[in-house]
Amino acid sequence: MSVKRDSLSVSITVGAYGSAFGAAAVAADFSVLQACLLSLLLFSGASQFAVVGVIAAGGTPLNAIATSTLLGTRNGLYGLRLAPLLKLRGFKRVLAAQITIDESTGVALAQNNESDMRKGFWYTGFGVFIFWNLFTLAGALGAEAIGDPSAWGLDAAVPAAFLGLLWPRLTDRKSWVVAGFAILVALTLTPFVPAGIPIISCTLLAIIIGWRK
Amino acid sequence: MSPFWIAVIGSSALAFITKFVGASVPESLLSHPRVLRINNLIPIALLSALIAVNTFAVKTKLTLDNRALGITAALLLLLAKAPFPVVVVGAAVTSALAYRYF
Repeated sequence: MSVKRDSLSVSITVGAYGSAFGAAAVAADFSVLQACLLSLLLFSGASQFAVVGVIAAGGTPLNAIATSTLLGTRNGLYGLRLAPLLKLRGFKRVLAAQITIDESTGVALAQNNESDMRKGFWYTGFGVFIFWNLFTLAGALGAEAIGDPSAWGLDAAVPAAFLGLLWPRLTDRKSWVVAGFAILVALTLTPFVPAGIPIISCTLLAIIIGWRK
Repeated sequence: MSPFWIAVIGSSALAFITKFVGASVPESLLSHPRVLRINNLIPIALLSALIAVNTFAVKTKLTLDNRALGITAALLLLLAKAPFPVVVVGAAVTSALAYRYF
């Protein structure tokens, strides 16, 4: 029973953030349809915000795609971890892949037995998917109705959302070092290279600092 | 095709491919400790850079405006252990007030 409750509460709380995404996307000049398609098809919060954030910063579409994809690599590793447990084949593999995100993986791995782990994954994955998409539409329509995004603080909502996503990941010294250097490098590069490049360049920092234990 | 559509379709396709490949390849292939370490750090590096650029830059120019106050509010709210929606709304309200009155 508790796995259902866990899944539902995660689905509703996380899904509600979808309204922040929908509003941010429209504030960055994406259409309501494009905002909704990102939530339906891309379906990974940080990567979706990255697409919007890079374009809003003046980056090229290729840059947005690359940044969003690099942010999404962890979903691939979640799949790697979950595939043996979920016993995937055929179309079930396609469905599972689409809903492999932080939350479905997190709830699955928090359970004590394999049956609850499988339930946790599917309930949370589909639950977040439904609420995230509904709230994206609501946020996008809301932002479209209100006009000037700066007047409503939507231009600050995007970096604040990134900060909220970053915060729980800052768990040890190394993560703080990477975060500090990334801010420094991104701002130092900004005046000298095309918009978007300073963001993706920071991948190198992760590789350099993560190379050694 | 508009840059927006290219970004939407390209990023969605690659996101799905990433997820699908992860669910399809043998586990031993990518579970090297170095790959896992780097994979944990990539979101931290990218999110930090995104915060910096979306707060302190307009295209290729560095600026200090209402967004800086918004992100400061977000930081204080996180330090006070506020939940995510409160953080985002708090930042937006602070930034909107700064935009309106300064």
